[in-house]
Amino acid sequence: MIRFESVTKRYADGTVAVDGLDLEVPGGGITVLVGPSGCGKTTSLRMINRMVEPSSGRILIHDRDVADRPPAQLRRSIGYVIQHAGLFPHRTVLANVMTVPRLLGWDRGRARAAAMESLEKVGLTADQARRYPTQLSGGQQQRVGVARALASGPEVVLMDEPFSAVDPIVRAELQDEVRRLQRELGITVVLVTHDIDEALSLGDMVAVMRQGGHLAQFAHPAELLAEPADDFVATFVGRDRGYRALGFVDVAVTPSPVLTARLGESVPAGTGWVLAVDEVGAPIGWADATGWGGPLTDSRLHRLGTLAPAGASARTLLDAVLSSPSRRGVVVEDGRVVGTVGADEVLRALGTLR
Amino acid sequence: MIVSVWEWLVDPASWSGPGGILAQSLAHLRYSFIALLVAALVAVPVGLWVGHTGRGRWLAVNIAGAFRAIPSLGVLFVAVLLLLPRLRGELAFELPALIVLVLLAVPPILSGTYAGVQATDPAARDAARGMGMTGAQVLRQVEVPGAMPLIMSGLRAAMLQIIGTATIAAVVGMGGLGRFLIDGQASRDYAQMAGGALVVAALALAVDQALALVQRALVSPGLSTASAR
Repeated sequence: MIRFESVTKRYADGTVAVDGLDLEVPGGGITVLVGPSGCGKTTSLRMINRMVEPSSGRILIHDRDVADRPPAQLRRSIGYVIQHAGLFPHRTVLANVMTVPRLLGWDRGRARAAAMESLEKVGLTADQARRYPTQLSGGQQQRVGVARALASGPEVVLMDEPFSAVDPIVRAELQDEVRRLQRELGITVVLVTHDIDEALSLGDMVAVMRQGGHLAQFAHPAELLAEPADDFVATFVGRDRGYRALGFVDVAVTPSPVLTARLGESVPAGTGWVLAVDEVGAPIGWADATGWGGPLTDSRLHRLGTLAPAGASARTLLDAVLSSPSRRGVVVEDGRVVGTVGADEVLRALGTLR
Repeated sequence: MIVSVWEWLVDPASWSGPGGILAQSLAHLRYSFIALLVAALVAVPVGLWVGHTGRGRWLAVNIAGAFRAIPSLGVLFVAVLLLLPRLRGELAFELPALIVLVLLAVPPILSGTYAGVQATDPAARDAARGMGMTGAQVLRQVEVPGAMPLIMSGLRAAMLQIIGTATIAAVVGMGGLGRFLIDGQASRDYAQMAGGALVVAALALAVDQALALVQRALVSPGLSTASAR
């Protein structure tokens, strides 16, 4: 859908930012360009909307050379999200989001409606739409940046380090949001990051680039982890790539039933670990009834580990086991306890896979 | 002394008539606003161009600095000497005075404008281009509104200097509040001199306040909120 054909960017001082890049970005998914600084990932991204012009080679969107269209017109058809959002401080949030529709010549009413709809999609309210950017948090500003890129309904959205400047919790939220929006709208997202974890968790396809603007490997995240093309990719994806690869492995483990009790219920001594649940069956904590028995109270509860949704990857299952005080990982479906799994069961299932 | 200044200021005779405070204030304001307008017409476009393109910054800084060092009175006399043979009537004196005031007003407006444009958040500028704004659209829709606080500060600083310095028009026989200073000195009427100086100061403050209101209207609230929700 977006095709790089031996694209090279050489600057006047002789520096080569991108060197003979051939890449076919599939339509309708998230493709991540990742690599250390100076690998040409941002330059590659910016050549798609002609913010940077290639020295040689060409880039095609839907088999149409981007160089055939006037830059401003081309850019209006492509969403653009950058690191610090780049909102216009003198315009309200709504006016910011109306920018591209207005540039496209839509009348005020239509632009406003499109902007409001776009803001809703990223979870912002009409009240926030009336504010100015400085009145919002960094994460909210970045949401506005995404809404602004989506307002005119572009097919392709470029994102340059969109989440690098926000804290990890907000970053995770925004990543989920972008993934959801991409699925919902069926758009093609090309995203640049230096964070391999972000690349692996967000990308449908990941292009690993190395210094000097070379493409080191272009593959699905699971393949990158399982079969890195060379030492550079192996090092770049990280030391614990074996463990991380489990995030893409489905294992057939049937959760075993677990003894549950509600608060106030009496638990006989010697029962061992009991999983406390609320009225609807959602887990709330573990209680150790080995050397103690009696009515279950809040103060008896140990914190839950992470929860694994039914059908979760081997990594999620193992993490649920390892973080649980009882060493049994809790599997839930729609928030309710289904059962628990142990490390040995997950490992055994993994063993049969390989 | 203070009493006599006060008496001069409250004397209705000082205020009325063609040479009174009111008439001279109006004349003073007229010079001042014409000078500000001409200076702005020159300095704002140049400042925008320098700030937007990043070209000629060196020139702008140096010109602004050099203009500041020009002695107003010297320029006034040189301008009168040069223009007197070529112009007739009041204009021969009025124009030199205006030239002095314009030269004085250009530096603060120029540096305010280009500094304001240059201070545009690079991310906002990049986003503007990346969304498909042309260079002119970036300037008009992003850089100028963002630079407005500094442009207005430049205009206000320039206006304060103009109003203070416009008194020198009286040196070459023109009207304005400078008359009270020159005439007062000539007739050793120190009450009139001090009173005239006070009126100049009051006028400068009043005009600055008026421009502050204009600034409030022109600058987006988004730029001044730092900010209470």
